[in-house]
Order: sequence, then structure tokens, then C-alpha cells
Amino acid sequence: MRAVLLGPWLRAGTGPRPHPATPHRAPHRALRAAPTAPNTACDSQQRLPAAGRDLPALKKVSVEVLDHLEQLALVDFRDSEGVERLQKAIQFADQLHEVNTDGVEPMDSVLEDRCLYLREDDVTEGNCTKELLENAREKVEEYFVAPPGNIPLPKLEERETFLQGSK
Amino acid sequence: MAAAVAMAARGCGGVWRRARQRGAGQPGPGPGPFPRGQRAVACNARGGAVPAGKSGLVPWVPVVGLEIHAQISSNSKLFSGSQVQFAAPPNSLVSFFDASLPGTLPVLNRRCVEAAVMTGLALNCSINKKSLFDRKHYFYADLPAGYQITQQRVPIAVNGSLSYSLCIDNKMSQMVTKTVRIKQIQLEQDSGKSLHDDTRSQTLVDLNRAGVGLMEVVMEPDMCCGEEAAAAVRELQLILQTLGSSQAVMAEGQLRVDANVSVHHPGEPYGVRTEVKNINSIRFLAKAIDYEIQRQIEELENGGTILNETRAFDSKLGCTVPMRDKEGKQDYRFMPEPNLPPLILYDAKSLPANMNHQQVINIDWIHERLPDLPSVKRKKLVEQYGILPEHSFTLLNEDGLAEFFESVVKQTQMKPKKVIGWILKDLLSYLKQHSLTVKESPVSSFLLADLLNLLEKKEISSPAAKQVMAIKAGNQKVLNKLIGLVQKKTEGRSNPVLVKQLLEKKLSE
Repeated sequence: MRAVLLGPWLRAGTGPRPHPATPHRAPHRALRAAPTAPNTACDSQQRLPAAGRDLPALKKVSVEVLDHLEQLALVDFRDSEGVERLQKAIQFADQLHEVNTDGVEPMDSVLEDRCLYLREDDVTEGNCTKELLENAREKVEEYFVAPPGNIPLPKLEERETFLQGSK
Repeated sequence: MAAAVAMAARGCGGVWRRARQRGAGQPGPGPGPFPRGQRAVACNARGGAVPAGKSGLVPWVPVVGLEIHAQISSNSKLFSGSQVQFAAPPNSLVSFFDASLPGTLPVLNRRCVEAAVMTGLALNCSINKKSLFDRKHYFYADLPAGYQITQQRVPIAVNGSLSYSLCIDNKMSQMVTKTVRIKQIQLEQDSGKSLHDDTRSQTLVDLNRAGVGLMEVVMEPDMCCGEEAAAAVRELQLILQTLGSSQAVMAEGQLRVDANVSVHHPGEPYGVRTEVKNINSIRFLAKAIDYEIQRQIEELENGGTILNETRAFDSKLGCTVPMRDKEGKQDYRFMPEPNLPPLILYDAKSLPANMNHQQVINIDWIHERLPDLPSVKRKKLVEQYGILPEHSFTLLNEDGLAEFFESVVKQTQMKPKKVIGWILKDLLSYLKQHSLTVKESPVSSFLLADLLNLLEKKEISSPAAKQVMAIKAGNQKVLNKLIGLVQKKTEGRSNPVLVKQLLEKKLSE
């Protein structure tokens, strides 16, 4: 599965764009079109994109985007190190731009050529209430107990996170 | 919930007050949300534009689109083998996959795919021979995985249409046919059920419904008022019930409708739309939509703006109120479902030679076996029996009534055109008065046919026949009248209690 390209999103200020529809399928062309710079998996965290390549300009992740991400995924970037890590992760993912994908159809899953198995409409599972409720911290008469509705994250101004101190 | 009610009281009261102020000088306000002097949304077959508002200048065009979720009628769930059943002990119909325990994977239920294909064909859709599954992410206690498996990019069916009929006037004498375009039909998972306990500040979660297969039917915004939406949903309900792909009982949550409503001036771009949820019956659907249209018109005419928000319909107060949890635009972060390859369907031409039959779904095979849809059934009734189109609508609208009618026609010499009157006027009204279904009718088709035969042979008069039907249908007053007649005949010497017992015994035969 392709990594989500946050780079273009940050530039344009909108959500990730859908892959453009391409008519010609060449599933293995991408692998053979190796980028000019050597690419080893292990040290890629620290490696900067190859110089001279057409890559999106390195841009700081804005506070608004960080806040949006925190609300959506309930992650806490906590401190500048966390944000730096995110920054580096985006740069790393942006290396995908080096690959020429003209005429290549996007791949969603390595299972795409497999047959989707169809199950017969029979009842074969269920009736394990006791087992399932063992996982529950709190239960009331065989119901799971949850807080009342979604508790929204406090607005940016009210949150005591690193983001408060940034621009 | 208490907060919502308080808000509703304030919100609806506000609207009423404003409307009342402007309507001052007209006869007193009516019981509904609109004072009697003010016209309700008059959307009709002729135009669809609401006549000029209070300002008397430019008319408003309401736009209504519907998102309908129909629970698939199947034994087991969409991606797991747990049973699908209404009202079972909490969390008893839940597998490890439904509870989103790690290490579990979705396995697609063949029957659910067939149901979606049937529905797509019945709604004149193109069936996508290759469709894909996606994940739609949001956080809620009744969605244990944190995402719902749906079909956002390439759904199973697209570009269909649904034809429905409306009465132009209130007398059921002139019907007009309209069409609404179906954008797409997609397969998706249902979520569990949340029971809000505000006193203890907690939510109780039952996952029995989590993972049940749904067909989401997305309609284009081709409708303009509550009446049209109600008629379209009613027709869809009948189609689903005829196909058997869903039992579509709104009261049991098997058919859920959300309405998207906006208004604009003719020639101008569409206005901001609101989404109205929590509509539990077709009657409330019409009310909710008409209220929301009126609310938006009044808001805009007062110089206000419409927020792109989700509102809930409060059936007790008859108005819509903003929903607590749905503030702000949601970003669902759609991504392909990595655990499911594409769903491939075949037709007669593309059928693979050496595949296991059980693994193949043939669209043409399903198409050949579709039952007669309601529109076809109505046409046949009109052609075969010479009844009016409006009659055929009423016959199909009541469960079992068409079969009852045909059964009576078979057993009587009376012409179908005359029989229909007895069915629709006498029988149906009695059933409605006593809140009975056709199946519960105390008058069987055999009895009615017998009665009508007597009438045809002129052995009894029409009023007498009506009285007999009334008695049979349990009309107490007529029974008492009979007792009175017996008393008269026996000159007061009969025991009224015994007479009543004897009569009731006779009637139950």
C-alpha cells in the first residue's frame, strides 16, 4: 500500500488528491524504473532526497494542519521533536515523487489479482458474550460501557500542548 | 437528550414566534409549526418552486436529496458469520471480527452481494463488474474498529433511476409519475447501537448490529418537497420488499433515511444544505423535510445564513434541531481496504469456464430471476381487472390486499370493477378503524365473496351487505342494533346477554 503523500496536501491546503485514472496497466514497470540515487531501506530515515530532482520544496508543517491531524487521528505531537519526526517522515515519503508513474495504474493492495472469496450465508459465529465482555473494563448487564458520546478535543487555544507555543 | 429537548423548545419556539409576529393580523396560529395564515410548502407537480415568501418578491426552489440505508435481509453479517436478528440479548450476535479484536479479517457474504445486485438491477443501475472496498474512519463507541468498511471509490452499482407516483390533489384522482436519479448503491457495514444513559453520564454499547450488511442508496437531489421524498421512499420500500433484498421496516431500523435539504432562488446556485437525521417513519420524513425547507426560507428571508450542519428531527415537537456531536466538517480519511481484493461479478458472456459455481455471481442469472416489480404488478392489475391506476396503488400499498382482492374476484361473480369498491371502501376502512392488517381481517376473502354473490343475485340489498360486513368486522354498535331487533321480535322476552352470546357465536362461524 502506498504511503499517504502528505507533501502535496500541505502545499495545496486540501485533502489528499485521488490517484489520476490511467488507462494502461504495467504492474512491474514501477519496480524496474529505479530512481537514480541508491535506495536502501535501513538508512532511509536519515537520507535526504537526491539533489537536483524535482521534489516539493521543504516546507514547515503549519499549526493548523497539526491541529487538524490531532483531532482526526487523536495523536499528540507533544513536542518539537515529534513535529520534526513528522517533518522527516513527510520528506521521506516525498521520495516517491522520484518514480515515474506515467501510464501505471495505482496499486491498492498486493492482493489485487487474488480472487475475493465469497462465503455462504450461514450462521457460524457469535454467542460468545462472556468471552467478549472479559475485555471490557466496565460493563453493565452485558453491555459495554463507554463515555457519553464523543468528547471533543478542547479547541487549540485551550489545549496544553506544545502547539500552543508555536506560531 | 434533555439538553436537546430544551434546545428544541427554544429553537422551535423561536421560529414560531418570528412566524407569528409576521403573520399578525391573520386568523390565530394553528397547532403546527406554521400559523394558519401562512402557506405550507406548496410543492407540486407543476413546478416545484414555492410561491413567493413573505417578502413577496422572488420564489424559493427547495432541493431535496436522500441517503437511504437499507439493512440487507440475510442470515449472517456482511463480513462475518454472526447471525442477523432484531432484538436479541445484547452482544450475543457478535463475533471476534465484529468486536474488532486483533487478528480477525473480513470475509464477504455472497448473499449480500446478490441482494445488492438485485436492487441495482431493479433500480435500472449499471452494475460495476469490478467494485472496490474502502475504509471510512471516524471515532465512535459503537464502531469498535474506528472505521467502517464501505465502497466509496467504485461502488457495486451506479446511475440508476426510481419512478414514483404522486397525487396532484388530495382526492387521489389524478396521479403524476416522477423520477429520481440514483447516483449509486454501495455495500457497507452497519455500526453497533448506542444507548445513552445521561443520568449516569455513560453510553451502553450493543454490537449485535455491528457488521450487518447495508445497501446505501444515494439519490440525486431531484426532489423538491417532503411529499415527493415520502412517495419515493415508499416506492423504494415496496421494491426492496418485493425483491426480498431488505424487509425495509423503518420502525425496526431496517430502512433509515437521511435528507439533505437546501433552498435557492431560481437561476442562482444551490444554497447551503443541511442534513436531517433521526427520521423514523415515512410520515415524519415528509414533515421533517417540509419543516426544514420552511426554516431555511425564513432564516434567509430574515437576513440570516444557513450553516452546513447536521440536524435531528424531533418528532414530538415537529421540528429539526442541531445535533450535538456533528459540529464541523468530518474528514473520513478514506483509504482502500487492504484486506479485500476487488469484487468481480460476471455475466453470461464473461462467465469463467472452470470456476467453482459457488464463487461466481452471474448478473444475467440474477436478472432473469427478478420478480415482478410493483410498477409491473400495478400495470397488470389495471389491465387484467379494469381497475383505475389509483386503485392499483392502494392495493399494493397494503400488505396482502392485492392478493385478497384477487382471491375475492376468483370466488365471486361480481365484476372486479365493483369488487374493488368493496375492498377499498368497506373492507379497508374497517381494517384501518380497528388497526388491523389484511392478514388479521375478521372477514375472509371467502366470506366477502359469498356476501358479494348474494348481492349480485339480488338476494340482499347493498345496505344490508354493508351492515353484515360491519358486524363481521366487529362493529359493536351494529351488533347492539341487531340485539335490539331480536328484542323487538321476541317482544322483550329474550335474555339480552344470551342473545348477544348466540349472535357472537353465529358471527364467529
